[in-house]
Amino acid sequence: MKILVCISNVPDTTSKINFSEGDTKFDTNGVQFVINPNDEFGLTRAMWFKEKQGATVHIATVGGPNVEPTMRKALAIGADEAFRINAEPTDGFYVAQQLAEIVKNGGYDLVIGGKESIDYNGGMVPGILASLTNMNFINSCISLEIDGNNVSAVREIDGGKETLSSSLPIVIGGQKGLVAESDLRIPNMRGIMMARKKNLGILEPVDGLNATEDKKFDKPAAKGQVKLADNVDQLIDLLHKEAKVI
Amino acid sequence: MSVLVYTESEKGKFKKNALEVASYASAVAKMMGTTVTAIAFNSTENESLGEYGVSKVLHIKDETFNTFNAGDYAATIAQAVKSTDAKLVILSSSTDTKYLAPLLAAKLTAGYAPNVVAAPESITPFMVKRTAFSNKGFAHTQIDTDVKIVGVSNNAFGAHENKTAITVEEISGSKDDKKNDTKSVDIDKVVGKATIADADIVVSAGRGLKGPENWGMIEELANVLGAATACSKPVSDLGWRPHGEHVGQTGKPVASNLYIAIGISGAIQHLAGVSASKTKVVINNDPEAPFFKAADYGIVGDAFEVVPELIEKLKDFKAQNG
Repeated sequence: MKILVCISNVPDTTSKINFSEGDTKFDTNGVQFVINPNDEFGLTRAMWFKEKQGATVHIATVGGPNVEPTMRKALAIGADEAFRINAEPTDGFYVAQQLAEIVKNGGYDLVIGGKESIDYNGGMVPGILASLTNMNFINSCISLEIDGNNVSAVREIDGGKETLSSSLPIVIGGQKGLVAESDLRIPNMRGIMMARKKNLGILEPVDGLNATEDKKFDKPAAKGQVKLADNVDQLIDLLHKEAKVI
Repeated sequence: MSVLVYTESEKGKFKKNALEVASYASAVAKMMGTTVTAIAFNSTENESLGEYGVSKVLHIKDETFNTFNAGDYAATIAQAVKSTDAKLVILSSSTDTKYLAPLLAAKLTAGYAPNVVAAPESITPFMVKRTAFSNKGFAHTQIDTDVKIVGVSNNAFGAHENKTAITVEEISGSKDDKKNDTKSVDIDKVVGKATIADADIVVSAGRGLKGPENWGMIEELANVLGAATACSKPVSDLGWRPHGEHVGQTGKPVASNLYIAIGISGAIQHLAGVSASKTKVVINNDPEAPFFKAADYGIVGDAFEVVPELIEKLKDFKAQNG
């Protein structure tokens, strides 16, 4: 089985968010970048397939040279080869088009991407990628089993879960549940050393559609001070009369 | 050139978000000087959309659409976009619509802006405000394609009555012409209980509850309030609660009117997931818990004393106030 995991380079979940250049750009000053958590669940599941069932695992990212430390981490976790498409990932449609070129030329059976990135939260790359490559698609996937050509997956639905059957080739929009949080891997020294020798190919982008543009950013208004109730009666009174939520 | 809105239903009844997206579509159509057409699958109450500004419903009455299939639903909505010459498609932010939206975007070569929290800031160019950075910020996103798709955040716009004369037209559904041999095998869904996605009130608890055996009082508080239950990340990691209840940056976002956090200290990732909620209440025995800085109201106290008392007093309150 040949697997491609699509990786997004995102600010660490503990990052404080600020904007620069007149609030038109995300301020990267002091921000640690990591593999998008939803992608990391997918990468770890891909490693499971590699080790238990036999698979080759490639990763792909759209981004400038600044994303390479994150890609090296994915290689250190165990991916075999990496591709960086040398373009700024400004729009989900555009990113999906770039990744589609790799998928079309790579002969992949399984493509896994996170259901969304935790920075721009577009949530569209895996689905558009599946459409552009005429592959099956299951989103918000929390369990994935593959037997031969047959796919059994569970996806989250509002208020529960749905089990689906499908076939390869398929694109998965993954999330927590694909593997347990405790199964996520920290690269060891051997993996880090080996990652240095693995191929990180740089591809130039194809013409694509920038369907959307983020023109400006801002942050939620600062919160007022919490009102502490002395007792339960007072809390109910505040929620009823002041907040009007009960 | 109408606005097309996809109104989700379940067992014939419109979901709460269907009325919200219909209201949103109605407000935008007014800005654009056009009308709203809705598309609905196997709904038994199509005329009710007229109360929320919809002037026409395209209704697909077809049992093969009883179970959601993202590819076929996207193909049918895309067909309706073309037949009505719609330039704007409005969707909710449910898990199902987030599944079909990218497929629809690809079919229509349309820009898609999810998690939109307000009516468009301008029509030409088309600009919407949406949450980004997992609710830590807002992006003002311009959609540059001919057809545009907007996903409205739950509870962000609300349902607004706006009575309009309505007609219903029966149409046929379309099947996905792309490869699509994905089939539903089993659906395991809690029936008759509010879900985190569309609940007005969410009651959430964390490690302060000390163990899964103590969740009875959280369920009971949720029952009294008609709320959904949720939990913090460590709780779902420990297996005390299903990960579908995990609220936060890598879990579910919550945009309820009232979010009650019990025994949750308030890690930055959790706060990001709940920041779109309108009123936040914290019950925690640690007055230094970071959640108090993000909350509107709070009680410093032991959850095992405060919550049972809150349940009893809310029961009395409900009895007196209906």
